[in-house]
Amino acid sequence: MSSYFVLKNVVQETNVFNLRIILAWIAMLLGLILIVLRLINLQVIEHERYTTLSESNHLKIRPLPPTRGLIYDRNGVLLAENRVSYSLSIIPEQVDNIDELIGRLKELILIEDTDINHFKRLLQQRRGFDSIPLRLRLTEDEVARLSVESHRLPHVEITSNLSRYYPLGPTAVHAIGYVGRINEQELAVIDQHNYMGSHYIGKVGVEKFYEKELHGKVGFQQVETNVQGRLLRVLERTPPIPGKNLYLNIDVTLQRFVENLIKDERASIVAIEPDSGGVLALASMPYYDPNLFVNGIDAQKYRELRDSPDRPLFNRAIRGQYPPGSTVKAFVGLAGLEYGVRAEHSSTWCRGWYSLKGQSHRYRDWKKSGHGAMNLHHAIEQSCDVYFYALANDLGIDRLHAFMSRFGFGKKTGIDVSGELPGLMPSRDWKRRARNKLWYSGETLIAGIGQGFTLSTPLQLAVATATLSKRGQFRQPRVVFAVDETHLDELSTVTPTKQVNVTLKDEHYWDIAIAGMEAVVHSRRGTAQKVGLRSPYHFAGKTGTAQVVGIKQDEHYNAKKLPKKFHDHAWFIAFAPIDNPKIAVSVIVENGGGGSKTAAPLAKKVMDFYLLPNSPLRIANKE
Amino acid sequence: MATDWTEKSSPHFLHLDKPLLLGLIILCCMGLFVLYSAGGQDLDLVGRQLLRMLLGFGIMLILAQIRPQYLIHWIPWIYITGIFFLIAVLLVGEIVNGSQRWLNLGLFRFQPSEMMKLTVPLMVTWYLADKPLPPNYWRLTLALMITLIPVILIAKQPDLGTALLIAASGAFVIFFSGISWRLIFTAAFLLTALAPVLWFMLHDYQRERIYTLLNPEKAPLSTGYHIIQSKIAIGSGGFYGKGWLKGTQSNLEFLPERTTDFVFAVYSEEFGLLGILILLSIYLFILTRGLYIAMQAQDTFSRLLAGSLTLSFFVYIFVNIGMVAGLLPVVGLPLPLISYGGTSLITLMASFGLLMSIYTHRRLLSN
Repeated sequence: MSSYFVLKNVVQETNVFNLRIILAWIAMLLGLILIVLRLINLQVIEHERYTTLSESNHLKIRPLPPTRGLIYDRNGVLLAENRVSYSLSIIPEQVDNIDELIGRLKELILIEDTDINHFKRLLQQRRGFDSIPLRLRLTEDEVARLSVESHRLPHVEITSNLSRYYPLGPTAVHAIGYVGRINEQELAVIDQHNYMGSHYIGKVGVEKFYEKELHGKVGFQQVETNVQGRLLRVLERTPPIPGKNLYLNIDVTLQRFVENLIKDERASIVAIEPDSGGVLALASMPYYDPNLFVNGIDAQKYRELRDSPDRPLFNRAIRGQYPPGSTVKAFVGLAGLEYGVRAEHSSTWCRGWYSLKGQSHRYRDWKKSGHGAMNLHHAIEQSCDVYFYALANDLGIDRLHAFMSRFGFGKKTGIDVSGELPGLMPSRDWKRRARNKLWYSGETLIAGIGQGFTLSTPLQLAVATATLSKRGQFRQPRVVFAVDETHLDELSTVTPTKQVNVTLKDEHYWDIAIAGMEAVVHSRRGTAQKVGLRSPYHFAGKTGTAQVVGIKQDEHYNAKKLPKKFHDHAWFIAFAPIDNPKIAVSVIVENGGGGSKTAAPLAKKVMDFYLLPNSPLRIANKE
Repeated sequence: MATDWTEKSSPHFLHLDKPLLLGLIILCCMGLFVLYSAGGQDLDLVGRQLLRMLLGFGIMLILAQIRPQYLIHWIPWIYITGIFFLIAVLLVGEIVNGSQRWLNLGLFRFQPSEMMKLTVPLMVTWYLADKPLPPNYWRLTLALMITLIPVILIAKQPDLGTALLIAASGAFVIFFSGISWRLIFTAAFLLTALAPVLWFMLHDYQRERIYTLLNPEKAPLSTGYHIIQSKIAIGSGGFYGKGWLKGTQSNLEFLPERTTDFVFAVYSEEFGLLGILILLSIYLFILTRGLYIAMQAQDTFSRLLAGSLTLSFFVYIFVNIGMVAGLLPVVGLPLPLISYGGTSLITLMASFGLLMSIYTHRRLLSN
């Protein structure tokens, strides 16, 4: 019995076992089929999607930043170049603890908080596998220290790149401007695609205005990388198109001479070639070294510059808006002739003051005793205020505004330096809009002598002077003479876009105005006759004085009693030679006092330097 | 009857089963080719793996010579030693990647858990085959204990993947021992019910892996990275594959663990679905042969062991491919006979040695 049961058990056991083996086999088969189905899904149905993913995985597009264009002066003197500098970058994706890494780097090299802040900003904007610069412009010593420690600093890269450098330092900084690191506002405006890999952007001046030309076009290379982002090989390369070189109208020798003339002043001098509108010199003093700004200026230095009472960062030439004072008189005179309000020889009696009908207020002439009978010529020559009070009154503010605007007063000149301000040529309309007030006729009078609301920049006056010198031929001022398109020295000259000439009813009117300005420097009674004495060439000029503080009816301006900062600004505009103008100059010296005493001699020196190749000034400057 | 168990009666050269041997050799050769590509065409790496394979074949050969009936006497001692090692690992083991799995024996390091992959099914089989089947509840409980003690010790290392595989290998023996379907379903139901409890016993990284499986794109650079990259490798391989040595994912180092746990992704990328069908066919051939050996086995011990070992082999394949293809969570488990590494290879070859021994030491009743 027992053996039967055992036997039966064995048979039954075998049957159960074999059945379960077969079940196991079926289960395995189903398992393998499940795997195959999954793989069909991945490899056949979604194959294309994964192929794309696979390609984007190991093929990366890397930007090749273009080399920024160089800037030369009109004689080929290098003003802005790119120098190799070493910078330290981190690939954030591969770093576990960035703060800790920065901490370690801080022990080796100087890392300012501004560097860290800038880095953190970029960290949020850029993709993790891009390397992000932490410190730019490492010194050789720092590069050496980092290299020694490089084994302890994985994912830290020392890369060489080109950094902007201005070899002449502050020279012409207010024209050239500078580049700096791209900030958030700029990032929002620029074509980010084109700036991948670029560190710098023009911040002010020509660097900003010609940003597009100077920057060039980004290139790309398609590279194969491994997972660490290490480059294995370059598959395809679209080279960057380097930025174009710029040649300026500015002549560095003249520029330096000009800057040197006013180096101890708060002043500005703009010199323009009337034929072309080319800016020969554009100086605003004091100035500053643009190299400080390239890689981010440190807070302390920046505060010093910003808070200095002399305001070196302030570009007086294009942003300084001063009352033009008597410098406008020749233009106002032209308006009188043009509108037929005055004839060439009609004269006004100057008794030292002028009053509107029915008003007791006396508008004073600078000459208390009065100039007597004045025609336009003499009124310009002697800068008679009363003549122009009366003229302005007869013209009315609207006609005055319309005429002066044709010379560019109250409008931007359109110079190719960023940041220009328009000045102000007041009108009834403007006052209603800006101040919501009515226009008073007294305000017309003082507008007639360039005071009151009227404001001009030194650049504006230089341009107006150049236009006058060319008898109405307007040339938009241009700092850049040519853009080097191809790097093969084929220059394409910059042609100004806006060229509306000033035409008058009678060409002779020009002669009257210019003769008046000639008399200012060459006649015995001219307000600046001293500077015209023994001049080897004939030139025309006009003095001006911009009041800083209002003088009350019963007061007198007395420079000796006023602190320097309340002294009048001294203006002088001039062009030379008269028959074939080569240079037009405007000079302002803040708190310089009278135009004839302070500003006129400076303008004369600038013209001498430019026009007389063998002048003692030029020779002295060379030495 | 005992006289029938003679060496002379075996028609098998050196007790080798030729179909099984053929399948294993083909697999190993394929493995070497894939490793050459996955390892960045490193011949040294291939050479080292070849040496391990030869060692594995040697162990297989030795085990094939040992009569299963002779082996039986050693099993309890091996098992007890294994448990001892597992306890030792928890006390003095080396920590690698956050898990305490290795035991340094001075001359070499080894993973006692690996050894238990064979020892547990052997021990359960030894215990159950002693008495008529199916086992009663008492014996069943003891068989479960035999399985669960090492499983718990390994899970504590923590090495949940291996623990589950070992639990499965023990369970397979019990399954083949013929316990009633009612019991099987009850057990399955209980496990399902217990799943939420187990979930809270998991380590954070283990839960993370399961989350990752469900949505790898959520964490493309951390935990999901392995799965995303391996799916890209497999998917971009397509039907015909990119060709040997031409897998960009693997050659460019995007694929992690590409010579070891994720070698299947390299294979799929380079040889495509076609290559996979071939590979799976070879696996299926070996599995079928294993089950055939189990059915041909003449005593309870042999058939339970053969069935359990074959089914475990299948589970290794399924879990590895399932993980690489994104069907299962990431558990550190190599692809049998293909992945670089010696431990699993030697365990597997040992189990094939046992299978061969079972097949070639049959009593030949035809006499």
